[in-house]
Amino acid sequence: MNEPVRPIAYRPDVKGTHPPLGFAGYRSTALRHPSKPLILLPQRLTEVTGPLFGAERVQPGDDDLTQFDGGEAVGQRIVVHGRLLDSDGCAVPNALIEVWQANAGGRYRHVNDQWPSPLDPHFAGLGRTVTDGDGHYRFTTIKPGAYPWKNHPNAWRPAHIHFSVFGQAFTQRLVTQMYFPDDPLFFQDPIFNSVPDEKARARLVSSYDHDVTTDHWALGFRFDVVLRGRAQTPFESEPDDD
Amino acid sequence: MTDVGPTPSQTVGPYLSLVLPWPDGPDVVAPATPGAVTISGRLTDGAGEPVPDGLIEIWQADPDGRFDHPDDPRGAHSYPGFRGFGRCPTDEHGQFAFRTLKPGALPDGGGGAEAPHLNVSVFARGLLHRVVTRIYFPDETAANAVDPAMRELSADAAELLTATERPDGSLRFDIRLQGDDETPFFEI
Ligand SMILES: [Fe+3]
Repeated sequence: MNEPVRPIAYRPDVKGTHPPLGFAGYRSTALRHPSKPLILLPQRLTEVTGPLFGAERVQPGDDDLTQFDGGEAVGQRIVVHGRLLDSDGCAVPNALIEVWQANAGGRYRHVNDQWPSPLDPHFAGLGRTVTDGDGHYRFTTIKPGAYPWKNHPNAWRPAHIHFSVFGQAFTQRLVTQMYFPDDPLFFQDPIFNSVPDEKARARLVSSYDHDVTTDHWALGFRFDVVLRGRAQTPFESEPDDD
Repeated sequence: MTDVGPTPSQTVGPYLSLVLPWPDGPDVVAPATPGAVTISGRLTDGAGEPVPDGLIEIWQADPDGRFDHPDDPRGAHSYPGFRGFGRCPTDEHGQFAFRTLKPGALPDGGGGAEAPHLNVSVFARGLLHRVVTRIYFPDETAANAVDPAMRELSADAAELLTATERPDGSLRFDIRLQGDDETPFFEI
């Protein structure tokens, strides 16, 4: 049998990049994290391939969250943009990005959100877009509000936008949250602070981007999303040519 | 190439269902596809309670054991009507269900074969990072026994990764996030 060479694997992220599954400060992890150690699974074909979703999953207007049900959302209009990259700095082109967020008052349009801040009839809080050939993406939305939750006394989530990306391989799948610069609520947020490495945690915070801020229109923020890069050497050193 | 720091994972939180579920998400193949199999189960926590705010994703080879992806070294191969990917939110009982085709066996890159399997990602409020597991098939005893991932596992763990067949021919695969009979999870 002409055995195909195993493709180049994706290298593990540096230790401290991702939160531990059990994190006492975030109470919901208590009964939901595996208690046994994870089993190392060497990457083979199922791991280095993955779904390649792109423009076919996006409708016109999905990248503008400020327009919904015939009107315009209330709040500080912002443009969020950045690049989808891997940790070698290579762009991830034509890739689907899905986002969801609370409205300007910190309320989600979700049946389980009971926080008594008003719903905005013109804000649904979800968006989709696809990266261009350079991995660049862009959304227009409003700045989400902070919201309270029951994790600890006087607990408030810092303003954030949820991001979901696939990348190009099963190993690259990532769901994360984008935060805003200088949020005074960071100190008490266990979800943000669950990221062990301080530098990695800082990468969850977008930066204000005056070049994208548009006169009399919207404030700009930049947020790059960086997925796992390839290992430098393949599993098998040379392809068989038999 | 420049070294760029990877972005940390964060939980999907309780409101993932705003955007992540797709109307056609659980349909890896269309309804009435010949040979389609239903794989369903329940996501539960360490107290045995259902997880109603979770999302399950699957990724798998087609019935020929091929991927529609340029990094399949045999070349991208599309199987008509087959997406390879499914996504299903859990309901109030923690239940999820997919309609798919059983994948073929795969070359393992070392001269052997991987048994037919589905890769699974689990997302939920309370999970700061997805967890990954696999579903193997109950009618593949011989292939499962020599599968390179299954071979490394205890008999109990291998059994927990094998779906069970219901009387109606559908497959059942429960995912227990924590506890004595916890689902084996992988680091990839
Ligand atoms: Fe949130």
